[in-house]
Amino acid sequence: MKRFRFSQQEVVFAVFAVLFLTFSIFLRGFLTPENMLTLLQNVAVLGILGLAMAIVVIGRGIDISLIAALAVPPGLVLQMVQNGHSLPTSLIAALLLAIAFGLVNGWLIAYAEVPSLFATLATGLLLAGLGQTALFQLDVVQWSPGMDGFERLGQGVILGIPTPIIMFAIACVIVAFLLRRTRWGAYIYAIGDNPYAARATGIPSRPIVVLQYVVTALIGCFAGLVMAASVNSMPTRVFNSTLIYDVILVVVLGGIGLSGGRGGVLNVIIGTLLIGTMLNGMTILDISYAGQNLIKGVVLLLAVITDSFLNPRNEETAQQGDI
Amino acid sequence: MRDTLTSLRYRYWPDHLLGEILSKRWTETAIPVILLLIIGFALSRSIDHFLSPASLADTARQAGEIGFIGLGMALVVIVGGIDLSVGSMFALTDFCALYLLDVLGWPIPAVVAATLVFGAFLGAVNGVLIGYLRLRAFITTLITLIIYRSAFDLLIQRYSNAIAAAFPDIPSWNFIGGGDVFGIPSVALVYIVIAIFGHIFMTRLRPGWHITAIGGSRRSAYNSGIPVRRTIALCYVASGVLTSIGALFFAARLGTVGGDIGVGLEVIVLTATVLGGITLGGGKGSVAKSLVGVLIVLLITNGLTTMNARGGVNRMALAGILLIAAMIDIRWQKNRTRIISKVYVAPTYHALPPPPATEIGAGGPFEQNDKLRDVTLIGLGRIEAPEDVILDRHDNLYAGSRHGDIMRFLAPDYETMEVFAHIGGQPLGMAFDRDDNLYVCIGGMGLYRIKPDGTVEKATDETNRSLHSVNDDSRLRLADDLDITDDGLIFFSEATVRYEMDEWPIDGLEARGNGRIICYDTKTGSTHTALRGLKFPNGICVASDGQSILFAETFGCSIKRYWFEGPKKGTVEIVMDNLPGYPDNINLASDGNYWLALVGMRSPSLDLAWKMPGFRRRMAKRVPVDEWLFPNINTGCVVKFNEQGKILESFWDLRGANHPMITSMREHRGYLYLGGIANNRIGRYKLDGADPNFVQYDKRWGKLS
Repeated sequence: MKRFRFSQQEVVFAVFAVLFLTFSIFLRGFLTPENMLTLLQNVAVLGILGLAMAIVVIGRGIDISLIAALAVPPGLVLQMVQNGHSLPTSLIAALLLAIAFGLVNGWLIAYAEVPSLFATLATGLLLAGLGQTALFQLDVVQWSPGMDGFERLGQGVILGIPTPIIMFAIACVIVAFLLRRTRWGAYIYAIGDNPYAARATGIPSRPIVVLQYVVTALIGCFAGLVMAASVNSMPTRVFNSTLIYDVILVVVLGGIGLSGGRGGVLNVIIGTLLIGTMLNGMTILDISYAGQNLIKGVVLLLAVITDSFLNPRNEETAQQGDI
Repeated sequence: MRDTLTSLRYRYWPDHLLGEILSKRWTETAIPVILLLIIGFALSRSIDHFLSPASLADTARQAGEIGFIGLGMALVVIVGGIDLSVGSMFALTDFCALYLLDVLGWPIPAVVAATLVFGAFLGAVNGVLIGYLRLRAFITTLITLIIYRSAFDLLIQRYSNAIAAAFPDIPSWNFIGGGDVFGIPSVALVYIVIAIFGHIFMTRLRPGWHITAIGGSRRSAYNSGIPVRRTIALCYVASGVLTSIGALFFAARLGTVGGDIGVGLEVIVLTATVLGGITLGGGKGSVAKSLVGVLIVLLITNGLTTMNARGGVNRMALAGILLIAAMIDIRWQKNRTRIISKVYVAPTYHALPPPPATEIGAGGPFEQNDKLRDVTLIGLGRIEAPEDVILDRHDNLYAGSRHGDIMRFLAPDYETMEVFAHIGGQPLGMAFDRDDNLYVCIGGMGLYRIKPDGTVEKATDETNRSLHSVNDDSRLRLADDLDITDDGLIFFSEATVRYEMDEWPIDGLEARGNGRIICYDTKTGSTHTALRGLKFPNGICVASDGQSILFAETFGCSIKRYWFEGPKKGTVEIVMDNLPGYPDNINLASDGNYWLALVGMRSPSLDLAWKMPGFRRRMAKRVPVDEWLFPNINTGCVVKFNEQGKILESFWDLRGANHPMITSMREHRGYLYLGGIANNRIGRYKLDGADPNFVQYDKRWGKLS
């Protein structure tokens, strides 16, 4: 299989290196230790979300509802603590909510056979709507004294490294272990590579798919907790932002093909670094929010086009009506 | 008493309709329509002035604007894709129209044209990416959604003040926005025109069929030479154009470019599309479904807004409905055939008295014997499924075969077999007319005429459609046997209108009068249904009075007479009933009596089951079809009966080797020829004391051989 061709991973890494060098040379204030730490800190949450998305994308799915899982359960923690519940109770409630949400997603996709893009688009709206109408009093759920101590998850430094980066590292290790060292991870790759063959060989594909979405929702919830801890509040309107596209951008740019069965944690890290550099550079260049979105959209489009050339859809296993 | 109740319940309650309605294509549109009516009714009850003209006109305006986008979405969903960028395209084209009008001051026609072209361009970006570069529709349009939205955000930062400051007062622009014709808003009028065109386009024109074909199976469409990539790309262009039409009306109505225009519109339109019953993944959908879906969603959102629900509730309701509708749709598409096959079989109550005895020693005309033990066999192993046999005046023998041929065995030894004519369906009953044309009933095809030189012509394959039937009964499903009157009327039986040729035994399980007798006039070429509601009508023979026909009802176990002329014209009377077996073909005997084949004998178990419709329905639902209780057609006999319905004689094959099952027999010059639909042979039995010169149709038509 060794042919003279750059793998996407190498291409993306090269692009990252070029971009990084360009910014370092031409952008004042880019290559400073402070900015580097800010850059990493800013993309840590994105990286964790990228890991969550990577799991489902490897299993030939996608989870558009990830931002809802990021916003609503952690928002629930803050709201419950604000209402006088203890922190552990609130955390357990949030985890249960995330698990339930993952189960709903997984059931819809694995058992009701709704296409994953479609199911998660709708469940994301449902969960966000639920948060907006029933759970939260304000769009931004404020920090309350009961949460004190919890902010260390997202602020402060351990051994000179900001905690969000540590959290991203921990998440990377856990996900890498799950994907590469457990039977469950191997099953995900098998299902993503060819769902029918996986099922024919006796892999319990439906429960595994459900599990994927539960784990994804839990990681999303974890990312939300880190995010809330680092800004001392939960801005639930993040659901309306384009964060989910950044996450897809990380995964696709990193080289995890949307047709499933390929890639791993390393790809997420590379993708995150590239996006982080790009966002940081655009912020220093003072490009407006809409302008940044436009550039991200175009880059994502180019990435998807490249992906479709590097990982062409397998017409034999691509499902009829797979949109 | 209980039997009476059961019998009444099954006579008057139309069980069979459920399966027939479910197997109709229009049920998939009917369900959303019913939902729409329910929601409309509920809202008109709970909200004041809901049905007032002003409110309706307002709803119609919104429905029109969203309806255009819905049509575009329907198109891309039918072709097997999805378009999430409609909301952003809507915003951009809305901006385009207002910018051209308010800032650049273009004339209205130019604004309209430019906006449509711009919409086409935006759609073309999607189309090229998805159609030609074969990207995934969902992810691609998700990205163009962001790109278009960001572009819109950048543009309105610059121009929103200029647009907000302008108040164009142009009559034609105002008419687009708020005008009406006879109370119908302009947008609704344009929508109706485009919808009608869209309907014709999708159902009657070639490109529309191509679109449906691609959605149904992209690979097959490609293999059959349809320009798949171009068609897909053009669907996205059409979606862009339709969205820009909606945006034009919106721009003319409100004239604003707020930042949240079109945000979340894709979810509304998608919900409408799925609710209307347009299947995600493609291949199914119509304009009517799109319209119904849009109306439902609009009524729900407007209703919720009127009831002061918070924005989140609205969004949740839409998402919830979207999910439920998608789930139902996916399950239904997957299990449709299975559900229909489970509910389609609808047995009825059918009681028969105990049958007359047939055992040896029991006496009576049906007493078993072994007369058919030593028949001569013709074409053994060479012919398959000769349901009916017939001989011409030159003594050649004709029989149908399973392969769709009429085979001819040449006299005198019947050793030479040749294909007389190829038709294609299973040939059943046969008869000669005065000019020696052979008329044949073909299962699944209809009534065919074969000229003496072997050319095949269709006589008829349809009759008048009955008004109250759900199944389309104008086509002939199972034409079975026929005879020709002296005036050239052909009466033929159609065994069932509910089952096809290959599943005819299931009709016996239902025991409903699903069959009919149809009359084809050879002089005028017209066809009409003479009698309906018969229990598997089968053999037909013109009686010797020339004014009536005798016909057999296989699962009614009876022979009846129908007068088509004379003083009793139009009436039916029973000749024989409670036969011990299932009667099949009837033919004339040389002594003026009639031959009748009993294809199988009744069994106590099925007689009992016929009185228990519930039992048979449970069986049809729970047990695989090969284990159902079916009428026995393994053993039968030939009997001779007279005009008064008295059985004179019976012929059996007790050994069960040669002719245990007989579907037809034909007397010819002192011999009886035997056919059976499950047999691989034709039997020839020497009749004692029969007229050695008898040729059935020569006697009928008065010809001398």
